[in-house]
Amino acid sequence: MPRVSRWLVRSALVALLLGLGTLAAIAARPVAGLPAWVVLLDPAAIHLLTVGWLTQMVFGVALWMFPRASAAAPRGSQRLGWLAWAGLNVGLALRVVAEPLALTGQPLPGLLILSALLQFLAALAFVVNVWPRVRARP
Amino acid sequence: MPQASVWFLRAAMVHLLLGFAAGGLLLAQKGLPLPAPVAPLLGAHRDLVLVGWMGQCALGVAWWILPRYPREPVRGPEWPARAAWWLVNGGVLVAAIARPAGGALAGYAGIALGAILLVGALLPRVKAFGR
Repeated sequence: MPRVSRWLVRSALVALLLGLGTLAAIAARPVAGLPAWVVLLDPAAIHLLTVGWLTQMVFGVALWMFPRASAAAPRGSQRLGWLAWAGLNVGLALRVVAEPLALTGQPLPGLLILSALLQFLAALAFVVNVWPRVRARP
Repeated sequence: MPQASVWFLRAAMVHLLLGFAAGGLLLAQKGLPLPAPVAPLLGAHRDLVLVGWMGQCALGVAWWILPRYPREPVRGPEWPARAAWWLVNGGVLVAAIARPAGGALAGYAGIALGAILLVGALLPRVKAFGR
């Protein structure tokens, strides 16, 4: 398994735990006496699971297992792989911080826009890298 | 990789980009008033990412790697996959575009029909090796 795939899969597993933990905290809030702002983490929890866990796991496994790009660079560009990893995780982390603040009326527009751009850039880096590897057997 | 999987996976990547672009606009507008209302994009964002990207990616990989039959056609007839591709992709786009006009139902009907066709073709391939 290439190094970038290992980091993508490890990060996906961490995001799974964070997403499920956040959902559990939201569910437990009334009985555990957790502060009211915990419920504002709901969109972040959903995105930890759909983007951080599922999408990131697909990125990691696809970069590892899809048909080879070429003999010289079998798994395409390592640089684009790392860009996808960094963009997805930094973008997601910024969202987890900035979105609840925005929902409480304290928006940090710069962080929200940066989060959106980084996540889109990650998706674009993945698609550019993997598209040539998705091909029928000659 | 079979041709049908190439179609599913490439379409899934297009949906990924469209879905993340819509999601980016929805996220940005939480802190910055945008010139046009983007709230109606929420349904399209959900359909593009959950069905168009994740669902379709899983279907494309399943068609490729699930156990094959011992003789040709080794993955079974390709027409259910081709029909499912059109129904799922057409359905997601119809649901995304026509949602404000009540067109989501037609889109979901197409997606469901495509999913039924492909699941029907994939289920017999979920088997022990050598059978």
